Amino acid sequence: MKLYNGGKIITGLVIFLGLFLTPLAYNAGKAAYSQPKLKLPVNEKECVESKEYMRKNHMQLLDQWRDWALRDGKRVYVNSKGKEFEISLQKTCMKCHTNKAEFCDKCHNDASVSPYCWDCHIQPEGLKK
Amino acid sequence: MKAIFSLLLVLALVVIATVGAGAAKMQTIFAYCIPGTAFILFMVGFVCKIVSWAKRPVPFRIPTTGGQQQTLSWIAQNKWDNPSTGPQTFVRMVLEVLTFRSLFRNTKLVLRHDDGKNPIVAYVSAKWLWLFAILFHYGFLIVVIRHMRLFMQPVPMPIAFLDQADGILQILAPTIYISDVLLLSGATLLLLRRFFDAKVRYISLVNDYFPLFLILGVILSGMYMRYIAKVDIMAIKEVILGLLTLNYTVPANIDTSFFVHLFLVSTLLVYIPFSKLMHMGGVFLSPTRNMPNDTRINHYVNPWNNPAVKPHSYESYEDEFRGPMFEAGLPLEKNPEEAA
Repeated sequence: MKLYNGGKIITGLVIFLGLFLTPLAYNAGKAAYSQPKLKLPVNEKECVESKEYMRKNHMQLLDQWRDWALRDGKRVYVNSKGKEFEISLQKTCMKCHTNKAEFCDKCHNDASVSPYCWDCHIQPEGLKK
Repeated sequence: MKAIFSLLLVLALVVIATVGAGAAKMQTIFAYCIPGTAFILFMVGFVCKIVSWAKRPVPFRIPTTGGQQQTLSWIAQNKWDNPSTGPQTFVRMVLEVLTFRSLFRNTKLVLRHDDGKNPIVAYVSAKWLWLFAILFHYGFLIVVIRHMRLFMQPVPMPIAFLDQADGILQILAPTIYISDVLLLSGATLLLLRRFFDAKVRYISLVNDYFPLFLILGVILSGMYMRYIAKVDIMAIKEVILGLLTLNYTVPANIDTSFFVHLFLVSTLLVYIPFSKLMHMGGVFLSPTRNMPNDTRINHYVNPWNNPAVKPHSYESYEDEFRGPMFEAGLPLEKNPEEAA
């Protein structure tokens, strides 16, 4: 089998394969990945909405809460069960979720999500390690 | 018709994945068997294709004149468009691969009229293809690199940084990625160009429309997952890392849209080595781009010449056939008497 410019082409192929196999090599030998275990609040069992809803839509809800509270001046949130909550990250959310490192960061780090909550808000204890 | 056929093919793929992973619950097959097989086929197919191309003899230099070639010392050479050395050719290739200069040179034929209303056939610059291609390819590149956050644990810093930069506009939550907008608009515009440019539509085939619809399907299913369905990304990371660490468990509550996305991507991976999408590797082997214009500097030996066949000069030809040629009355350099 004669290859023309074989040296250069094989080099290119090796670089290409190397790039595509990087994720495989990066994870090689590591234990199977399992989803992070969150440290749930001790005193409270129910969030403002159901667990499934929060898992899926918390980012959207936080975004809406910011708009309602700061742009529309609306400070009361009525959830799907008719229960009222004060729209406030620090007074409502962080009353139970006190530890950022043990709660928010667990998933956000693994998914490489970097919310900009803490550009304005004071970070809860957990971050300060 | 060809476009509709391609669209139906992609829709059929969507239906297969929806029914297969959703209703029929064949989640292990759609999460692990199909993507794993597709990746192997992609790698092996890609290497085989490149090797089969490498076996073809390299043709004679094709110096497409994009600029002044190397000549007399007082005429400036256009080194990047008409290179005569290896390093100059390397620069031309880098510019070709990264900035698509060949597409930038695209022209179109138009009919203009001069002051006396006489028709003039003219070639004018046509940059739309280049612009759409740039949007599409760079959007795609950033999206692929950004996806590595789901393929690597812990997420490497450059990937995390790229992800943050891509969502820097902070529009909505989850934030809209700039690369998503680039990629979707690029792919849509490339498709619309095929629809509305009559000359391009005339030469478009199913294998032009199908990859466009397939990639649009990948983009739209991906965007649906992120912005509308808001799928459980941690469960998806568990699946992907399970595939990479050979640990095949499918966690609960994975949205069907993920399987649709994954199935379309698997189809795309398998499709690449057998289609025009192979220009991904083929661009590096473009004979008009990757060879220097040095035909007046280096002697070229045809690679498929048989070394057993020696050069045969006219002199020796005449020596061999002088007698018969003389008899036939053909003009000769030397008569038989002179040669004797």
